[in-house]
Amino acid sequence: MKVLVPVKRVIDYNVKVKVKADGTGVDLANVKMSMNPFDEISVEAAIRLKEAGVASEVVIVSIGEKKSVDTIRNALAMGADRGILIEEDQGVDIEPLAVAKILAKVVEEEAPELVILGKQAIDNDMNATGQMLAALLGWGQATFASEIEIADGKAVVTREVDGGLQTISTALPAIVTTDLRLNEPRYASLPNIMKAKKKPLDEKTAADYGVDTSPRLTVVTTEEPAAREAGIKVGSVDELVAKLKEGGLV
Amino acid sequence: MAVLLLAEVAGGALAVDATAKAATAGAKLGDVTVLVCGPAAAGDEAAKLDGVSKVLVADDAAYANGLAENLADLIVSLAGDYSHIIAPATTTGKNVLPRVAALLDVMVISDVTEVVDADTFKRPVYAGNAVQTVKSADATKVISFRTSTFDAAGTSGSASVEAVSGAGDKGLSAFVEDKVVESDRPELTSAKIIVSGGRGVGSEESFGIIEALADKLGAAVGASRAAVDSGYAPNDMQVGQTGKVVAPELYIACGISGAIQHLAGMKDSKVIVAINKDEEAPIFQVADFGLVADLFDAVPELTEKL
Ligand SMILES: Cc1cc2nc3c(=O)[nH]c(=O)nc-3n(C[C@H](O)[C@H](O)[C@H](O)COP(=O)(O)OP(=O)(O)OC[C@H]3O[C@@H](n4cnc5c(N)ncnc54)[C@H](O)[C@@H]3O)c2cc1C
Ligand SMILES: Cc1cc2nc3c(=O)[nH]c(=O)nc-3n(C[C@H](O)[C@H](O)[C@H](O)COP(=O)(O)OP(=O)(O)OC[C@H]3O[C@@H](n4cnc5c(N)ncnc54)[C@H](O)[C@@H]3O)c2cc1C
Repeated sequence: MKVLVPVKRVIDYNVKVKVKADGTGVDLANVKMSMNPFDEISVEAAIRLKEAGVASEVVIVSIGEKKSVDTIRNALAMGADRGILIEEDQGVDIEPLAVAKILAKVVEEEAPELVILGKQAIDNDMNATGQMLAALLGWGQATFASEIEIADGKAVVTREVDGGLQTISTALPAIVTTDLRLNEPRYASLPNIMKAKKKPLDEKTAADYGVDTSPRLTVVTTEEPAAREAGIKVGSVDELVAKLKEGGLV
Repeated sequence: MAVLLLAEVAGGALAVDATAKAATAGAKLGDVTVLVCGPAAAGDEAAKLDGVSKVLVADDAAYANGLAENLADLIVSLAGDYSHIIAPATTTGKNVLPRVAALLDVMVISDVTEVVDADTFKRPVYAGNAVQTVKSADATKVISFRTSTFDAAGTSGSASVEAVSGAGDKGLSAFVEDKVVESDRPELTSAKIIVSGGRGVGSEESFGIIEALADKLGAAVGASRAAVDSGYAPNDMQVGQTGKVVAPELYIACGISGAIQHLAGMKDSKVIVAINKDEEAPIFQVADFGLVADLFDAVPELTEKL
């Protein structure tokens, strides 16, 4: 079974983003970029399926600027087999619908039985690409996975939902999107980072797939969120209780 | 403008709070029809929501467990009549709407916090560190609304109720089981007061002091990701960028450092109290009332004195 894992290069989760004063976006100059944390979880899940003898090959794909190669190499260093970079540099991010349309073409070519995506990318927090890809392919979808079991042509997936946990079973081929508790991604060791440099990596462009990536949404402005007024420190529990009572909160 | 709102149904009953908040958002866009995938009684509940003109009830086992493949097809079969298809940004809404959008060849707009006009919406990005105003060029707008920023619609309405049916089970996914956390406490996303515990609480047993304070206040219990990952609290309690977004009257954070991913889920609370032994903890930057103290002393004392 071949597993395809789409990964996105995003601003590192530790970076405190700054909104540009002119409202045109956030300042991405010289900030640290990393693999979307959910995608590290997806890569880990795919590699574990391979180690368990369930998956035969793990293929990584990333759509974005040229530097996304680093993100793919990172996944290869974790243990994935090969990568595909689809270069698309409009100066803005590509919308999930366009990403899903390109990924659908990649799926046609690669014929994986399982595609594992992150539940959301932490830059735009759209939480959409996996579900959109499933729709375009007419496949089943198991989103927000905290457990995945593959057996008898099915993926049995436990999902993190508002009320607790839900388990569903989805016929393969299928789309799975990963949640935080699925696993703890491994770090790539130095020898594996060296090895990853020799692993195959195809470079393509979005145009190769003939997909219209023109955006449906225009970003009108990007603003700072409303700031909170500075609070005070209280010296004791008694003082805290008094403040809460004063405010009619308790 | 005609709006189709996918109601939140949990355990065969209407989740009134989430649905009523999305109804308020929907009413800003036009005439709201609510689609209830559940029993007739849930449809009758939805008919009481103010601003709702019609309720469609799809009472079919294929739609009972929120399976996205079946629900998305049903919604798409109804979509022609509507300019906007909306849902609360619950895990069900977030699972189903992007699928609906892709089937309609339109973009989804997730987690909207404000309606500017029929095509233009505000939504937080980068864990709430920026707010984007986006304008959609699509014929049908598919939108999930962040419930914490809308007031719930009242329940004095009396909309008409109609049964609808769709193609039923597509046979792609099957429901196996739900492990629902039963609790007498209020729901996190609708509670007036929330007491949250983080890694500082130290263990599942000592999480009991957080729960005791919550029970004293009639509050819901929340947790940071670190507390959930460490097994002190179940996943459905996680507050944050990738958990639940809450905005209660009062949020009491105990042993939580205040990472941006956590703040993303609670910084719109009206009043924030932080109890942390590290006076440099970033949570104090958003706290209205900060108490530098050991939570094992301060939390039980607070429980006693309230
Ligand atoms: C006109 C316009 C202007 C925009 N301007 C900006 C801007 O200035 N700055 C900005 O930051 N954003 C901008 N955006 C937003 C951009 O479209 C978002 O990145 C997009 O909505 C994707 O959302 P997401 O990354 O949150 O996807 P999600 O659906 O949250 O991602 C989920 C998963 O999908 C997969 N995935 C997503 N993207 C890729 C990819 N490229 N390659 C491989 N796998 C992927 C990953 O597995 C990921 O975990 C703009 C959008 C438009 C339409
Ligand atoms: C992709 C991604 C998504 C994430 N999503 C979320 C999310 O949705 N929600 C979320 O919460 N986090 C999320 N995180 C994690 C986040 O970055 C932090 O790691 C997490 O919030 C830390 O939890 P914490 O504050 O409980 O733990 P810590 O940061 O370890 O803080 C513990 C605090 O407890 C205090 N403390 C310890 N002992 C005591 C005591 N006896 N008395 C008083 N105070 C004490 C310490 O001073 C410290 O400030 C996410 C991270 C990533 C990468």
